[in-house]
Amino acid sequence: MDAKSILDEIGRDHATWIVGSDLAAIDPWIEVAPDGLPEVCRVLRDWPALRMNMLHCVTGVDYFEPDEKKAAKVDWQPRVELIYHLSSLVHKHRIVLKVRLPRWKGGVEGALPEVPSVAGIWSTAAWHEREVFDLMGVRFTGHPDPRRILCPEDWQGHPLRKDYQPPSEYHGIRVK
Amino acid sequence: MTTERNEPMLVEQDVHTDELLINMGPQHPSTHGVLRLVLRTDGEVVSEVVPHIGYLHRSAEKIGENVSARQWVPYTDRLDYLAAMNMNLGWAMTVEKLLGLELPERAKAVRVIMAELGRISSHLVAAGTYGLDLGSFTPFLYAFREREKILDLFEAACGARLTCSYIVPGGVTADLPPGWLEQCEAFLDQFMPTVDDLHAVLTNNAIFIRRTAAVGVLSAETAIDYGCTGPVLRGSGVDWDLRRDGEPRYRELYAGYRFDVIAPVDGRYPNAQNYPPVPREAVVGDSWHRYYVRMIEVIQSMSLVRQAIERYRRTDGPPGTPIKVAERLPKGEAYLETEAPKGQMGFMVIGDGTKVPWRVRARSSCFSNLSVAPVLCRGGLVADVPAVIGSLDLVLGEIDR
Amino acid sequence: MAEFLADYLSPPWVAELAAAGVHCALLLALVLTAAAAFTWAERKVSGRIQDRLGPTRVGGRFGWLQSPADGLKLLAKEDLMPKDADAMLFRLAPYLSFCASFAVFVALPLGDNWVSLRMSTGVFFFLAVAGLEVFGVILGGYASSSKWSLFGAMREAAQVVSYEVPLAMCVVVPVMVAGTMDLVAIGEHQSGWFGNWLIFHDPFTLLTFFVYLTCAVASVNRAPFDLAEAESELVAGFLTEYSGFRWSIFFMAEYASMLAVSILASILFFGGDNGPIPVAGWLGLTHRTGPLAGYLGNLLGMVNILTKGTLGVIFMMWLRWTLPRLRIDQVLTTCLKYCIPLAAAMFVGAMLWTFVERGGFSGDWSIFRSESDLREEASAENMDLSPSVAHERGGLSP
Repeated sequence: MDAKSILDEIGRDHATWIVGSDLAAIDPWIEVAPDGLPEVCRVLRDWPALRMNMLHCVTGVDYFEPDEKKAAKVDWQPRVELIYHLSSLVHKHRIVLKVRLPRWKGGVEGALPEVPSVAGIWSTAAWHEREVFDLMGVRFTGHPDPRRILCPEDWQGHPLRKDYQPPSEYHGIRVK
Repeated sequence: MTTERNEPMLVEQDVHTDELLINMGPQHPSTHGVLRLVLRTDGEVVSEVVPHIGYLHRSAEKIGENVSARQWVPYTDRLDYLAAMNMNLGWAMTVEKLLGLELPERAKAVRVIMAELGRISSHLVAAGTYGLDLGSFTPFLYAFREREKILDLFEAACGARLTCSYIVPGGVTADLPPGWLEQCEAFLDQFMPTVDDLHAVLTNNAIFIRRTAAVGVLSAETAIDYGCTGPVLRGSGVDWDLRRDGEPRYRELYAGYRFDVIAPVDGRYPNAQNYPPVPREAVVGDSWHRYYVRMIEVIQSMSLVRQAIERYRRTDGPPGTPIKVAERLPKGEAYLETEAPKGQMGFMVIGDGTKVPWRVRARSSCFSNLSVAPVLCRGGLVADVPAVIGSLDLVLGEIDR
Repeated sequence: MAEFLADYLSPPWVAELAAAGVHCALLLALVLTAAAAFTWAERKVSGRIQDRLGPTRVGGRFGWLQSPADGLKLLAKEDLMPKDADAMLFRLAPYLSFCASFAVFVALPLGDNWVSLRMSTGVFFFLAVAGLEVFGVILGGYASSSKWSLFGAMREAAQVVSYEVPLAMCVVVPVMVAGTMDLVAIGEHQSGWFGNWLIFHDPFTLLTFFVYLTCAVASVNRAPFDLAEAESELVAGFLTEYSGFRWSIFFMAEYASMLAVSILASILFFGGDNGPIPVAGWLGLTHRTGPLAGYLGNLLGMVNILTKGTLGVIFMMWLRWTLPRLRIDQVLTTCLKYCIPLAAAMFVGAMLWTFVERGGFSGDWSIFRSESDLREEASAENMDLSPSVAHERGGLSP
């Protein structure tokens, strides 16, 4: 099944959650509203025609240009984008889901944006979402074990944010 | 087997004992690097395993946002450092996907040779260290002896043994030197007896079978649910190999090669008569099958290398032109998974029109494979923990990135 | 020797003490040399098995100075003890272990009557003292205040306690066939051609040997039964916190026990100090020919017995470098499901075989009568009791 049919299949009943798509991209993607993510994922996994039983990867991308000069030139809005790579081992097709989030919840610096967790749908999401939380600073609501995974528990900040400043010192160890 | 394993638990329910939290790693001989597992044990029975990772986190993805695509190649070497060639291949093909590059046949043949040699060497380490995890030292040295010869071949081809950086976006750094193919064939000719040795000391060894058969049984559903890939997924009986089922761009690399996907479909391996028999005790999805899939893949890869050598001999011209160090990446996103020895290694690159990628992502197969370990170890014995972890064949460089 | 020294030293207890000291020194020399030789041999054997050379340069050829070099390294190492360890027990444990495995050599004859202490219950002494080694291991594991060590100690306790049973049963079989618990007498029983060795006595003793082999390897904690150490699971089990000299004491205890069980096997099953061919008898190297000939004969006997013991140790090394380790439940299953029933069956089988061989109820059973029985019997004969009655009584006495 190609990306267009997949989009049509979801769009039939859940068109409200679909806020955008690009089927001509190298990897065709569908953008989903954050609140509709679990529902769309459940459809993708369970509908016999779709059966996206494997979640390969959850990636967070920070669209933010810290350099003001360059920031004036960019053609996108600052945001955090989550990218879910899904495929079906049954039908051998794949699709990319995207979720766009504000960089900070309510625009308040330091308040992490929130998105529902899909760990209940694919168990592998549990660790991938922990990693995205750890490195990108996105809070997954309903996550069974919302801890950092690669950085130490008491690490400050989320290193893959474009405006991240590493601490000068960590427990007496010089970092910079 | 299963009844034997359950007996101690039955006894423990009658006698009240205290639980013991025990810290396995990050410096422990059988955690293959710096994995830390916190075990909750009741006597010898493990009731909970919590993995803690990140001890080898080197910010590879962040570094990728600060160097060009070509410059990031050496960092991919250090992800799965036991199969650097396969990591190079994954990244190179992802960047090529973004750039829309097509490669000459010769480059494809060289890549297949290197990827499959990398697979053999990685699986040799897996089998050898698995023996070590179970207390058998000798297979480890047999395996490493052969791996050294593969590393010699890598050295002859690109000058580096472990961190090769040989396969780069656009092709490979240099054509194979004269005499290399003969050297490679000589290696393959003498290699088969070692595989038989390993089968004798491990695969069909009664104690080895008792330690691994029906231990850490992973059902196909759980494996897919946890995103397990590679030999871990195939050991659970899922007929899935990106070399056959992957994206067209990766599949083309292997188009025209004769090979089987090594997975016990309905309890039977393809061409099973050519390989050592499966013991009665083994259950599809257990540690033994995961190990066995790797061992058979070694034989499979040998045949692939031979076929690729034939193909290489039929081509001429340079094996591709590597992209410039400061090559500009177009705007766009590309994600590609390749069948690395340990599972499906995915790379993602997001270009923003400059030479430095906006975002680089490495989807580690071991990361997902490890996430299933708590499920597999629960209810087993302390001695089963190394048996299960070893059968997942983890490399922490790839997990922590 | 005590009698010999008594001529020069008085009072007699001084002579006894001096004799004990000399024996001790001789045995210690033997055990330590053996441990050093086996360390080297282990490296060489494992090297060859693994398709490499092992040590080659230390001390010139063959790396023969490897063991002293190792020893020097261990002595120079920092002697660490965990802060929370039970200091006294932690220090005591290695010596306890070594003492136990060393003390069994007191009962082991290394030639015809070359034994520190000839005991009529030598086998019994061996089993009792060899079993003590486990205390050192358990104490060491417990006192280290490390969870891994505790695991090792627990495993050791479970394993040794279960394997002592089949081990003792296996040892009883040759004792029964030979009719004595005196290790010297068991050796003498098998003199002559190798056909006289107890392993070839009947099918039951042959099988008993293999059960003994399994249990002996398990009781000295060698692979595939090295669960107490289990490097890849328990890091090093009870040895985790030990370093330097104390570690080397444990190490020597292990090699000493390996040699001890191998020598016991050679006495019980492989003719002790008798070679496969009675060369010593042909050459007249016995005490009857003269003291010097007797000495040479004993020397030959010692070479025999040590060769057999060494072969046993090398066999254990071969096992270690070939086989993976069993799991604790499998170790105990092996013991309870296979070793004990087999040993018991062999015991019954050998008993019936001996019984039939000696002519059933009408056979000669004098070897099973104790000295007091014999004395009683002799006095009874003097009292002109009918011999048949005495015979019958003797025959039923075991």
